[in-house]
Amino acid sequence: MIAFIVRRLVAAVLLLVIVSMVTFAIFFLVPRLVGSTPDDLASRYVGRDASPTSVQAAKKRLHLDDPVPLQYGRFVKGIVAGDEFDYGPQTVKCSAPCFGYSFRTSQNVLDLIKDRFPVTASLVFGASILWLTGGVAVGVLSALKRRSFFDRAAMSIALAGVSLPIYFTGLVSLSLFAYTWKIWPDGVQYANLLDNPVKWAYNLVLPWVTLAFLYAAMYARLTRSGMLETLNEDYIRTARAKGLPERTVITKHALRATLTPILTIFGLDIGLLLGGAVLTESTFSLPGMGKMVVDAITGNDLPVVLGVVMFTALFVVLANLIVDLLYGVVDPRVRHN
Amino acid sequence: MGDEKERTETLDGTPAAAEAAHRPPTAFLEVRDLRIHFPTDDGLVKSVDGLSFQLERGRTLGIVGESGSGKSVTSLGILGLHNRRNANVSGEIWLDGQEIVGSTPDQVRRLRGRNMAMIFQDPLSSMHPFYTVGNQIIEAYRIHNDVSKQVARKHAIDMLGRVGIPQPDKRVDDYPHHFSGGMRQRAMIAMALSCDPELLIADEPTTALDVTVQAQILDLLRDLQEEFNSAIIMITHDLGVVAELADDILVMYGGRSVEYATVDDLFHRPLHPYTWGLLGSMPRLDRERSERLLPIKGTPPSLINLPSGCAFNPRCAYAELNDGRSETERPELKELEPGHSVACHLPLARRKEIWDNEIRPKL
Repeated sequence: MIAFIVRRLVAAVLLLVIVSMVTFAIFFLVPRLVGSTPDDLASRYVGRDASPTSVQAAKKRLHLDDPVPLQYGRFVKGIVAGDEFDYGPQTVKCSAPCFGYSFRTSQNVLDLIKDRFPVTASLVFGASILWLTGGVAVGVLSALKRRSFFDRAAMSIALAGVSLPIYFTGLVSLSLFAYTWKIWPDGVQYANLLDNPVKWAYNLVLPWVTLAFLYAAMYARLTRSGMLETLNEDYIRTARAKGLPERTVITKHALRATLTPILTIFGLDIGLLLGGAVLTESTFSLPGMGKMVVDAITGNDLPVVLGVVMFTALFVVLANLIVDLLYGVVDPRVRHN
Repeated sequence: MGDEKERTETLDGTPAAAEAAHRPPTAFLEVRDLRIHFPTDDGLVKSVDGLSFQLERGRTLGIVGESGSGKSVTSLGILGLHNRRNANVSGEIWLDGQEIVGSTPDQVRRLRGRNMAMIFQDPLSSMHPFYTVGNQIIEAYRIHNDVSKQVARKHAIDMLGRVGIPQPDKRVDDYPHHFSGGMRQRAMIAMALSCDPELLIADEPTTALDVTVQAQILDLLRDLQEEFNSAIIMITHDLGVVAELADDILVMYGGRSVEYATVDDLFHRPLHPYTWGLLGSMPRLDRERSERLLPIKGTPPSLINLPSGCAFNPRCAYAELNDGRSETERPELKELEPGHSVACHLPLARRKEIWDNEIRPKL
């Protein structure tokens, strides 16, 4: 078990290294290959109307003249051991893990992420509870009452849920609930959980429901097909042949087997969303990771983009690890010992 | 609930059926005119179409036939495991004085496991992969017996020991995938026998196993039958298996029984051309290599469009011997000799002649 975790953690670190290389190459190597010079990058950093001297200073401070592998090495070193930036009169120490400073706001990228992450986590946390319970419940009922009115209605809505983009459902719900019926008269304003839990939950209801609707629709369809498949399994027939009441057959035997693969997908979805629920955050103007990375991309803010990508990768890898460990708990066939 | 209402209405609607339902059974298990039909988009699949047989305690009935002849559908019908939404079951199944087809799902459920149990074909897929073998036996025992988990666990260990699993107190906590194929089938048998069922249905219990394990499992079933005095229905396409274990044999073709006889009669004086075919397709070591198998020509019939007349007539080498009667008129199962019923139009004397002169020498 311990050996398995260690092995997986080593693999996770390797994966993160590869992700960082690829991302770094996309933002720092590819522009060079297509002809932009270190001066271009430096001028983006200092802003549009900067003097040539400040561009040169920025280029020097960020070591943009160095070969790309060396820059990458510096980036990695910053994460592992911290980095120092030479501002002429004084040097700024950026302690590890250092992801550099935003080109736009000169804020520490790690601080930005720390600032934005709770918003995304709040959104994903609430929505995931909603979609997991709702989606699975609807899927199970649909499978048990196959071809009934409920099944057809639920699956039609689920199809709509999967097909409608969040910026549509989100805007429609905002327009109805916030502006027409004034249930949220001020729109959605994120409030800190620790400062005001009630306000926090109240303001997140619409984003939760909007995000959960999309995922619940997917989970309902997955659960339904998984459940139908499981109900055809020989061991379900055996359970019935033993004389078990139908409810026990469904809950203890069928549901257990149906939920196991759903768990995998759930872990991956959570991991991916924690790196930023881009569409939901943009639609509701929630100051989360997704909103931040969109702004960073439009503003050419490379360190921020790089930082968010690294964290997203980290969350996905961690979620995967947790799912794999949980899998060993729920499915004895893949138990590691 | 709606289904039951309909069922009673149909039973009440036809006086003959209603009267038959009140006729008390004479045997421990009595199946009368069982019909199991599945409406599908392609048409009505008549998997079982008018099947009748009897079975006493302590006796073994072998049901043989090709794939799709209705063997397994029959056994699931006896256990009441067909979904009433997609299967039309009619006829009567009497188990120890209780009628099953007309009972509510919950009444049949209470009989399952305790009065009748089933051993399934593929023990790996038939056991839940997420629960230990012990837990699955404990579960089966505790539904019908109000005992604590500790008592049920002791019983499970005891059962595993009885079916010949070494170190049952350790293996009880293993998962099905830790067991070998033969051990898994033993565990499956232990589970089926955990409540001492009076009727045990074994659906191809040895198909997935190699020959030595197969022999062990058959021995085990025989011993357990002596111990529990249960009635056994052995479903198989392997005549060798029933020859060893069964008292009576029912040969099924196209959802109906074509020959119903004692083991001795069936192997030594078979009277149906299909049975001759089955006997000819048994591999034998003492035959010439080139003649070891005498296969039945053609393929099993579609259960939606059974051939008219005798369902076997397109594949029967002797169908033309009675002027096309086999193609137009369905032969009924008739008791030609005491305890030996056959459904065939060929004159009895002619059949005996064919068997003695043409078939037996080749076997």
